Amino acid sequence: MDSQAINQILQKHNYEHSSIIAILQDLQEKENYLPEEDLEYLSERLPMPLTRIYRIATFYNAFSLTPRGKYLVNVCLGTACHVRGAARVLDRIKMYLGIDVGEMTKGKLFSLETVNCLGSCALGPIVVIGNEYHGQMTPAKVESTIKKYRKKSSRKKDEKD
Amino acid sequence: MRRINNPQELEKIREEILTRRDPNKPCITICSGTGCHAYVCEKVTEAFRAEIRKRGLEESMDIRTTGCHGFCERGPVVVINPEKIFYQRVTPEDAGEIISETLLKNSTIDRLLYTHPQTGEKIVREDDVPFYKGQMRVIFGNNGKIDPTKIEDYIAIGGYSALSKVLTEFSPEEVIDTIKRSALRGRGGGGFPAGVKWESCRNARGDKHYVICNADEGDPGAYMDRSLLEGNPHSVLEGMIIGAYAIGSDEGYIYVRNEYPLAVRNVGIAIDQLRDCGLLGENILGTGLDFEIKVNRGGGAFVCGESTALMASLEGQAGEPRAKHIHTVESGLWDKPTNLNNVETWANVPLIISRGVNWYTSIGTETSKGTKIFSLVGKVNNTGLVEVPMGITIRQIVHDIGGGIPGNGKLKAVQTGGPSGGCIPESLIDIPVDFDKLTEVGSMMGSGGMIVMDDRTCMVDIAKYFLNFLKDESCGKCTTCRDGTRRMYEIVDGITRGEGRAGDIELLEELSWVVSEASLCALGQTAPNPVLSTIRYFKDEYEAHIKDKRCPAGVCKALITYLIDEEKCTACGRCKRVCPSEAITGEKKVPHKIDPEKCIRCGACIAECKFDAIEVV
Repeated sequence: MDSQAINQILQKHNYEHSSIIAILQDLQEKENYLPEEDLEYLSERLPMPLTRIYRIATFYNAFSLTPRGKYLVNVCLGTACHVRGAARVLDRIKMYLGIDVGEMTKGKLFSLETVNCLGSCALGPIVVIGNEYHGQMTPAKVESTIKKYRKKSSRKKDEKD
Repeated sequence: MRRINNPQELEKIREEILTRRDPNKPCITICSGTGCHAYVCEKVTEAFRAEIRKRGLEESMDIRTTGCHGFCERGPVVVINPEKIFYQRVTPEDAGEIISETLLKNSTIDRLLYTHPQTGEKIVREDDVPFYKGQMRVIFGNNGKIDPTKIEDYIAIGGYSALSKVLTEFSPEEVIDTIKRSALRGRGGGGFPAGVKWESCRNARGDKHYVICNADEGDPGAYMDRSLLEGNPHSVLEGMIIGAYAIGSDEGYIYVRNEYPLAVRNVGIAIDQLRDCGLLGENILGTGLDFEIKVNRGGGAFVCGESTALMASLEGQAGEPRAKHIHTVESGLWDKPTNLNNVETWANVPLIISRGVNWYTSIGTETSKGTKIFSLVGKVNNTGLVEVPMGITIRQIVHDIGGGIPGNGKLKAVQTGGPSGGCIPESLIDIPVDFDKLTEVGSMMGSGGMIVMDDRTCMVDIAKYFLNFLKDESCGKCTTCRDGTRRMYEIVDGITRGEGRAGDIELLEELSWVVSEASLCALGQTAPNPVLSTIRYFKDEYEAHIKDKRCPAGVCKALITYLIDEEKCTACGRCKRVCPSEAITGEKKVPHKIDPEKCIRCGACIAECKFDAIEVV
């Protein structure tokens, strides 16, 4: 991200060290993850030791230090989804995409993550892809659901996965 | 809205709002909580708006998008007022028909009504639906009446009259005394008396006091705080301002879970409205009270629900708890006296002030007063948020309100208290639900998650699930919590994979003791609860896994085999098509077979089979 955009974020938070979590959240909203060079720039400007920034960025689950794919596949592993078979859905997604949780597919189309509860328990097991909720998921529905996004993407000729 | 300078002006504005509004004017209320958003309720709202515009009916009916109504199972939910006609699973295509039939011709649409599962009767009014009938929705019920983004709606139902009453008639000590006499206990899990906490904080020495609303609702399967903050943010804010007055604080924080964008948005809107009309900021209602509230988003760490970790996070630190030799009411945020309560606790405050201590204490049990909101989820017919008086039995919640277990399932256990709680077996579901009774049976109230489990739920797998959660969420500060939960997970994981050994149960019990005794914060101290309660009530299941290498519920992959019942199989080929490992073979008209060597036990075939032909043994 260009340094001006980062400066804007820092100004919004008044260069306050106590706002470091909010600063990183704003940064990640723009970039989808926290790029190393941006964190180095932050460290200089705040100023705050880079180790402390990394301590925050690695402590909180919300932050990612690696790029995320175009579509984030988020599998809810809340207790309600779990008793309705979320683990099997996750296993099937891992197998179909060929990646583990926290990884991205080679074509940068999908990233796979899990969340502790989305609070939409009536729809469980639930998988969110991008901003769209897919409720009452079963292992059998995984392939057709994800394929739609693949098609959508290839239609736009963005990239092939 | 214009600035409100004193309590009289507030009453005048309330009168103006009420005179402008005709209580008999038809109003279409559409649930727009996060649950209904997942069902794309905004398209339903759009369809209603378009239809009303098309027919030029803007003057004769209102539309209101409200917070969560609680009956998430049946979303998107639409209620037609003033008759309170309850329509469920409404699609955008239904909008036109609802307007022409129900609003213009006064007739109901059978297809959209709720059908009583036992009698088959169609139920018209919201209050008559069994899910709502058994509830006592004194806090949560307002969600369905107001648009959370409109302060006028909250004022119209009596909002901020409790604040006005407190500021004109009560001294801070009298407020504290009222909350103490109401016996309100913290709804976040611990159940500590709120009035006592407020008093200690008020009396603590310091030039500045803080109040905090804990909205970092991390228990998986619990979402009542989110729905309150989303659906009625002003009730929480009013509680906080009253608390600030009683405690002597001029600065407050709301710490919201990162995964709750709608709650962050709605509470932000509400705070802006309060500032605009002078109910927040300097000289509130002309009484000299100054108070400001800031909203902080969490970073997705479960441990930040613990008060000292939350305060560390607000300070921009990693969210690690500290020892509480000195309580946070004396030295909390920035080492200043700090009073932290959770969302639901704050929302109780205006109600206690408005309706009085006598009314409040008439609800509930000897030691737990008032109502409690539970999120009733899992293997239950009516998933949703239910508000019930303390002392109601689990049986009433699960069977009468929740409508029992789906399919042919049989209730096995109810899990309460999130990862700190335990599993209560079916044999104990007649105990009254309150703080102390739940603790007595080895679980706890927690923040209000209630996960229903049936005979297809493996209790060893549930223990493994919570240990996996806790080992990931342990902040790592205490060795016993960091390594203890990990070691316990490894043992239980081994048991589910058929590698259990004699002595494992005893080892788990010993580790549980060490983890709970030697960890600093509640996360570690209560971490063994899911294991201990499942061992206590379901030891036979552990033993079946360890000795017989068998999972009675048919869940643990390594211990089960999938078989096709040749009698039931119609050779339709559906299972064969969805099997990702090509383990199913069979020609047309010949019952299919599963190759156990190739089968990865993913469960795809079971979900797909229409004839119940696939068995787990």
